Amino acid sequence: MKKTHIIILVLIAISIVVLISYTGDLSTYETISSARQKEGKFVTLIAKVDKKQPVEYDAIKNPNYLSFTALDSLGGSIKVIYHNNKPTDMEKSERIVLKGRVQGDHFDCKDILLKCPSKYKDDPNSTQKSVQSTGK
Amino acid sequence: MNYIGEHLLPGQIGHFLAILSFVSSLIASYAYFNANKESNISDRQSWIRFSRAVFAVETISVFAIFGLIVFIVSNHYHEYFFAWNHSSRSLEPKYLLSCIWEDQSGSFLLWSIWHCVLGWVLIWKNKEWEAGTLFVINVGQVCISSMLLGIYFFGAKIGNNPFILWREHMPDIPIFANPDYLQLPRVYEGNDLNTLLQNYWMVIHPPILFLGFASTIIPFAFAFAGLMNNRHDWVKPVIPWASFSAAILGLGIMMGAAWAYESLSFGGYWAWDPVENASLVPWLTLVAGLHVNLVYKNTGYSLRSTYFFYFITFTLILYSTFLTRSGILADTSVHAFTVDDKNLQAIYIQLVGFILVFLVPAMYLFFRNLKKIPTIQKEEQTYSREFWMFIGALVLFMAGIVISAKTSTPVFNKVFGTKIAPPEDAEFAHNQIQVFVAMVVGLLTAVTQFLKYKNTSKDQFGKKIWIPTAIALVISLSISFLGGIHFDKKGPVFLVAIHIAIFTAVYAIVANLFYIIDALKGKLKSAGASVAHIGFGMVLVGILISSAKKTVLSWNTTGVTVLQKNEKGAQGDPAENLTLFKSVATDMGRYMVTYVKDTINPVDHKRYFEIDFSAKDKSDNFKLYPDVMKQNKGMEGFSANPSAKHYWFKDIFAYITSFQENNVADTATFRDKTIKTGDTLFYSNGLMILDKVVVNPEEQKSKLEAGEVSLFLNITVISKEGRKYQANPGIAIKGQSLRFVNDTIRAQSLVLQFNKVIDQANGKLEIGVKESGAITDLITLKVYEFPLINVLWLGVVVMVTGFGMAIRQRLLMKSNLKSV
Repeated sequence: MKKTHIIILVLIAISIVVLISYTGDLSTYETISSARQKEGKFVTLIAKVDKKQPVEYDAIKNPNYLSFTALDSLGGSIKVIYHNNKPTDMEKSERIVLKGRVQGDHFDCKDILLKCPSKYKDDPNSTQKSVQSTGK
Repeated sequence: MNYIGEHLLPGQIGHFLAILSFVSSLIASYAYFNANKESNISDRQSWIRFSRAVFAVETISVFAIFGLIVFIVSNHYHEYFFAWNHSSRSLEPKYLLSCIWEDQSGSFLLWSIWHCVLGWVLIWKNKEWEAGTLFVINVGQVCISSMLLGIYFFGAKIGNNPFILWREHMPDIPIFANPDYLQLPRVYEGNDLNTLLQNYWMVIHPPILFLGFASTIIPFAFAFAGLMNNRHDWVKPVIPWASFSAAILGLGIMMGAAWAYESLSFGGYWAWDPVENASLVPWLTLVAGLHVNLVYKNTGYSLRSTYFFYFITFTLILYSTFLTRSGILADTSVHAFTVDDKNLQAIYIQLVGFILVFLVPAMYLFFRNLKKIPTIQKEEQTYSREFWMFIGALVLFMAGIVISAKTSTPVFNKVFGTKIAPPEDAEFAHNQIQVFVAMVVGLLTAVTQFLKYKNTSKDQFGKKIWIPTAIALVISLSISFLGGIHFDKKGPVFLVAIHIAIFTAVYAIVANLFYIIDALKGKLKSAGASVAHIGFGMVLVGILISSAKKTVLSWNTTGVTVLQKNEKGAQGDPAENLTLFKSVATDMGRYMVTYVKDTINPVDHKRYFEIDFSAKDKSDNFKLYPDVMKQNKGMEGFSANPSAKHYWFKDIFAYITSFQENNVADTATFRDKTIKTGDTLFYSNGLMILDKVVVNPEEQKSKLEAGEVSLFLNITVISKEGRKYQANPGIAIKGQSLRFVNDTIRAQSLVLQFNKVIDQANGKLEIGVKESGAITDLITLKVYEFPLINVLWLGVVVMVTGFGMAIRQRLLMKSNLKSV
């Protein structure tokens, strides 16, 4: 067997080990109710802001405290606490991707990713909204 | 209905040209394929002449399409959806081109343009390989131009026509019942360019990146032509092309990183988004390919891997395009397109097709001819350059596979129906592996040049290598010990790995410098590769140090943290936002920071905030001007652009995370309270204590007019959050007239007035307390410090320069050969 073959095999073995160990770090997409089952585990939720509930953010009191209620497509809802600034446009967002863990009664969020309407797609509804917002 | 003021002709011409470019690329592919197959010289020549003519038609169409889009956008013909959706009348003209790459089809068009340009350079420079390579490029052109077709084929829509009229694109919108809809204010004005793209990097980054994308087809094309014709001498003319491609693709990726760093406010440049990571992978495989290509040219080893790497590079470019544009990354990436759109479903299928059209034939030819590709049975020597270059290429390839596998989890989910999400710390998940790659690659970059091809005598190697090794060791140890790299968040193993990687990166720089001086005797003409390696080493050093030492300066050290620590404890996340009240100096670690004022610039429609940073030890004082821009496209809110203070050894980088403007009229009135020295009074958000009464205090002199006598109160205000403020309301008396000198605590929206002395004997006073809604404007700010990030950017420049030198040298050698 050639040296290069041995090294190739070693490198492949390392890559496999690395990828397997990586799967240990991975989190999973959950619904709110299944995330509640896995309290304390790092998960990713896809939800939207419940506009009927208050969104609490006051930069005077604490610029690193945001709380709101998230609602998922199955109707589950949970209070979310995020120790960072409120992302602009959060209420407008159709979907928000929340990363964090359930802690007791609330979801302790580490990261929020917004999916804003019409940011990258040609959506007639939002286009119409945009036209009518200041047009006739 | 007859609509008023529409210009239909440019769109009709444009759509015709889009179809023409598709058809001509089909014909050119066919013709070049025949030219390649034809062995009869004169028949071959006539096929080539025909192919060139068709390719010329195609090139002209593509440029004309581009010109027409520019025409439509710059004339604000908003009857075209493209123009309305991506531009506005108030947009600065310099962003005109950015409008084109904001669009799916616009960015495909850019790619197509580069294919045409590169195709003609190939025809000019590499006539011998013209038929085979241009065949491949034209197949690529067929795929790309089909994205711009926008025609229905058996009910399935193929591509998006950039010239589609808005009223045809969205016929159900009620505004089109109005024949004069173009005069509606929002239609007239235009939907504007996404605010994130209104940045100078976005003018230059996409053309460079797409030139990089487009140029990776050329090594693929050479390799494919080689297998079609069973000839392997393409490995020589391909070297300048592969170098060019590696330089431009690398530059394009790093410009994207610079854009992310300067404009996206994510506070970083690497691993922040799967789309960026996906575009790095083909660069790694391309560089691997270039190295094994050189190995083959010099020794005859590694031809198979050269084929493999060049094939896989372009395929990975297509794969990253698929990841970005198919919407599959919607939940993991900020700049992926969304899936649930019917158009995107079609594009999804088209993009998968695009990958397969290249991958399947290439792999078929590769495996069918595998036995015919010449190899050397004898093994490489351990003390040979080719052996270690090959190992380096393999390591790069494996690193690429690992990154690629990690970014592909959404694809994996889609195929297998799993629900895998990215890990908690995605950046670290990459870094903990890539730091070892950096280590190995740095080491190989340093050492391998000192080995000769075929075999090297151990004595000679040892003699040459110890000087750069010693120098690098000294430099990197001083960085490790004096540089203050205390990156212990991720445990000691990672920290040790970072220190070792810093050594190997420094080693790469020093050893290559030494190589230029010693082995090349300072002859810069032939030092291209070494210069590129030095640049690469600098990039590594810059990445290692800046990401290991990135610090948050806006760490919230105000009273607020006391409250927060209890809540946070478990998580230990930094509270990165600091609230600044207008014209109130706030404590931020080494600095006192003040939000001085803000102004709106009418030209770029941005609101600039002037933030003053004063070092507490008086060593430094500067102002930063981060800005915010009102979101467009039907969204509310603002997008923030950071501002940075550049030092040679670090960057201080600040951006606005939110702001509140006071526009509430002040209707509150003073409530009068009686108070004595030492008494405590409550207000809605805390309490205040009267410390003492002072007559004619020296420090308040500036507030008085000539001849006035004054009486001031020293009051300490403590808010519920635990912040302390000093307030000094007073009275100024001159003869019979009395004047109030009120004091305002902006952060608490509190105004204090010293009304009168009630009972001098008992020290009883009366003060007025007014709490209004909001008195001041405020912002929340994040501030980061990146050390030595300039080494990273400078490294990119050096690396690209090195590639340029190497290409020039190759071309000179070639023309010298010809003239001999």
